[in-house]
Amino acid sequence: MLKLNKLQTRRLYYLLALMLGLALAAGLILYSLKQNINLFFTPSQALQANLPAGHRFRLGGQVKPGSVIREKNRLQVHFILTDLKRELPVTYSGILPDLFREGNGAIAEGSWGTASQSKKTFIATEILAKHDENYMPRAMYEELRKK
Amino acid sequence: MFKKPLLQKMLSQTQVFLTRVMSPPYFFSFAEKCLPWFVAVFVAALAYGLIGGLFLAPADYLQGEGFRILYVHVPCAFLSLMIYSVMAVAAAFGLIWRLKLAFAVMRQSAPLGMVFTFLALVTGSLWGKPMWGTYWIWDARLTSELILLFLYLGILALHSALPNRRLADHATAILVLIGFVDIPIIHYSVNWWNTLHQGSTLRLLAPSLIAPSMLYPLLAMTVAFCAYYAIALILRLRCALLSESGAR
Repeated sequence: MLKLNKLQTRRLYYLLALMLGLALAAGLILYSLKQNINLFFTPSQALQANLPAGHRFRLGGQVKPGSVIREKNRLQVHFILTDLKRELPVTYSGILPDLFREGNGAIAEGSWGTASQSKKTFIATEILAKHDENYMPRAMYEELRKK
Repeated sequence: MFKKPLLQKMLSQTQVFLTRVMSPPYFFSFAEKCLPWFVAVFVAALAYGLIGGLFLAPADYLQGEGFRILYVHVPCAFLSLMIYSVMAVAAAFGLIWRLKLAFAVMRQSAPLGMVFTFLALVTGSLWGKPMWGTYWIWDARLTSELILLFLYLGILALHSALPNRRLADHATAILVLIGFVDIPIIHYSVNWWNTLHQGSTLRLLAPSLIAPSMLYPLLAMTVAFCAYYAIALILRLRCALLSESGAR
């Protein structure tokens, strides 16, 4: 049963060749589409890409701790997204998701502001919160934070 | 040739065992013996997993009680990939050795895998709205999982579209193997690209990134879902093989 005769060996080789070819093709396609598959630009990538004002894209990174400023009497929020190398100021008007916290990840969709070209500001129309893969009870979190 | 070396003896016995299990009549009696054990494992693991996950496990520090949907979402997503892998192995066995049982395993697993993929997408979507702020986003993980759902649909459609049994089995097996490319893409999508979906929490070789009190119910739920798959597959196989031999 599990011994291979000549015919079965040939079939095995055909299948292996098929799988190998597919893996190679898929790998090349995905590699060349890398930029399109990425959901967002990091601040470094966004600064490097030099996109024109008004061009919509997503900017993702960590909300810099201590950078969130909420305007009084308005829903306007200002904060800084960072990838720990470069950072970018973001302005958003609207309701933030619950998990939007300083120090956590966030993805902003929008475009560069048109006002001042010297200091670039990202005007977001939608904010999504990104959480990481760690799950723990509150007590454990507090203990880890103390350390 | 009075004394066979031990290894050779073991090998030949394994071969005899596999030969028997893989022929439908012996498969039935083997499956009959296994079925009650799978049911026992399913009931025990599901009971512990549900009580542990929904009541005993503490709330998450960030997501609060809402994180408990993890106990359904993760096993569903795991099974959607595992069932496809089982189908791909069965397809290869079927194509190389022309095993009727292997094709039956492949064909009968497809609807189960499709349901788990659908559930993984739905539970993930319901989880995404309160936590991320959106039901759906075209990130690499979500999109590749959606492609998996379409693969399952395509496999079922192709198999039922071909009237010739042999042709249907062979064509579907090749489609299953081609679609297998998607499985590593789904698994590694969160590492290869920027995604909204977070990375894997459960690690095989390293400690998992979840507190132990939350981990054990999750593992129990995964075991329960696997046992459910085994039960459903055995019942479906029995039905399919019987109706097939009756038709002849």
